[in-house]
Amino acid sequence: MKAIPESGTSAVVESEPSKISKFLKRAIQNRYLYLMSLPFVAWAFLFTYYPLWGWIMAFQKYKPKLSVWEREWVGFDNFRMLFHDDTFYLVMRNTLAMSFMSLIAGFTIPIIFALLLNEVKQMAFKKTVQTISYLPHFVSWAVVAGIVSKMLSTDNGAINDLLVWVGIIDEPVQWLAKGHYFWGIVTLSDVWKETGWNAIIYLAAMAGIAPELYEAARVDGASRIRQMWHITLPSIRPTIIILMILSIGNLINIGFEKQFLLGNNLVVDYSKVLDLYALEYGIKINRISFATAINIFNSVVAIILLFTANGLFKRFSKESVF
Amino acid sequence: MSARSIRRGVSRSERIFDVLIYTFLIVAAFVTLYPFLNVLAISLNDSTDSVRGGITIFPRQFSLDNYKAIFTYDTLFTGFKNSLLRTLIGSVLGLLSASMLAYTLARRDFQGRKFVSTYLAITMYVTAGLIPFYILIKDLHMMNTFAVYVLPGIVSAFNVFVVRSFMDGIPYEIQESAKIDGANDFTIYWRIILPMTKPALATIGLFLAVGQWNSWFDTYLYNGSSEQLTTLQFELVKVLQSTTNNSGDYRSPNISQITNTVSPDSVKMAITIFVSVPILLVYPFLQRYFVKGLTLGSVKG
Repeated sequence: MKAIPESGTSAVVESEPSKISKFLKRAIQNRYLYLMSLPFVAWAFLFTYYPLWGWIMAFQKYKPKLSVWEREWVGFDNFRMLFHDDTFYLVMRNTLAMSFMSLIAGFTIPIIFALLLNEVKQMAFKKTVQTISYLPHFVSWAVVAGIVSKMLSTDNGAINDLLVWVGIIDEPVQWLAKGHYFWGIVTLSDVWKETGWNAIIYLAAMAGIAPELYEAARVDGASRIRQMWHITLPSIRPTIIILMILSIGNLINIGFEKQFLLGNNLVVDYSKVLDLYALEYGIKINRISFATAINIFNSVVAIILLFTANGLFKRFSKESVF
Repeated sequence: MSARSIRRGVSRSERIFDVLIYTFLIVAAFVTLYPFLNVLAISLNDSTDSVRGGITIFPRQFSLDNYKAIFTYDTLFTGFKNSLLRTLIGSVLGLLSASMLAYTLARRDFQGRKFVSTYLAITMYVTAGLIPFYILIKDLHMMNTFAVYVLPGIVSAFNVFVVRSFMDGIPYEIQESAKIDGANDFTIYWRIILPMTKPALATIGLFLAVGQWNSWFDTYLYNGSSEQLTTLQFELVKVLQSTTNNSGDYRSPNISQITNTVSPDSVKMAITIFVSVPILLVYPFLQRYFVKGLTLGSVKG
């Protein structure tokens, strides 16, 4: 009678330490792997996870002298203020307008570029065009901004010179001083900078398409354009969809470098984006709590967009990132 | 020509299609290249002559005065030194972190594998934002330090995943036989896996180097007041912003500020070239690596 509970307890007592000792045994075996990963895990904690703690500032009245525990709690006041700020809606409009424009251009143009380049059978030509196309990706936005403002300049800027020469405009236009051109200029600069780079993945995907598919299509009398439409494009569909989901997640995080560098006082109503707005409040006029609320809003929307995009694609196609 | 086309089974519409494609691609390549050539030509042209306009891709009155002018700026050299230093240190540290983390994630028998990989994946989507990060840097007393250029960016999940998917392709038996020979995990990583991962490392190294060389915003934000810690890109931003963007008026400054020998516009173009050249010299040589690396990392996620 006694034997049963005894053996029961001894089993429990025995299995518990054996689990731990198993873990420890493996941990000792893995010690070098732990040594190689944990310092960087800690590092990532400090610079990416730990700042999330700073989100608390958005619900408090930030005072640099006081610690987190001593600050006054204000609940959602900062968010309420944010949603009552007219600039916020202007900034949202600019952010979304520029991100949608660059999303559309950033997908269609590199795909078209890759499709056309894929049709080129002469390797030397193909390689040359490709190498040239990557070039702008490697220079900074600071350099691109310098080049773009030179090209658009009224003093011998290439664009104005060309348009005047062709006769489309009578006299040079100050492109960068007019707000309603700003979104287009940013989008086109982005297209110029990244098209070649973004096409790399599509070209790689196209290189993997079985040649038999094209042969079969040729036998059936399909033209080159029909082959592109019915074979090449469907074959790279998974790649397109995965990249699209990833970029929809980043839709709201369009960055601010190009807007910062190409913008100026005259076009500020069209150039100000969320991050610049946060920067202005947070660092320039020291309304840290309000600026943090902007950052939080930004992150929340980004995550909602990512999951929505993933959900939609899962539903309508078989591809998804997770 | 048509006889040859028929013999090769190529129809007239196919020919036209080819011509259109080649034309389009040549135009695209020209549009990509022209701005660089134009800027280069202006930077190499006599600045007073440049004002007359009409320079396209060749300098009209060749002169190195613009470059002579920029080499008299001391801050440009400080900037160059800092940019070079941050590129070297930042790339090495970044490569070390990416390859070490990737190696542990590629080891099937590593206990912490699942945790570390989820932990890193989250950092790709959740970021605190500019302001909390700024406060962190301030609290760590990293304002006005060189460290702010290299330390925050050491771990990048994207880079880890690119290297990891490359390492996944290396047969595991190699590691097992090394183990039997008595090598520890670190030795296997350093002596066996790292040399075999060269193409992926070249790709990531290039990404890191380009990122480091091209960044200016951290200088603006954290070290903007320190002349000793300036970077080349930040000097360029300052020069560009001083005469165009914030002045609001685009017509007057360029012409009115012309000094006796050098106009700001030509100098700007010379600095632009000076800032871009180092990175443009390396990328064609690394092309075959980054094409491979980018494809691997992004398609597999």
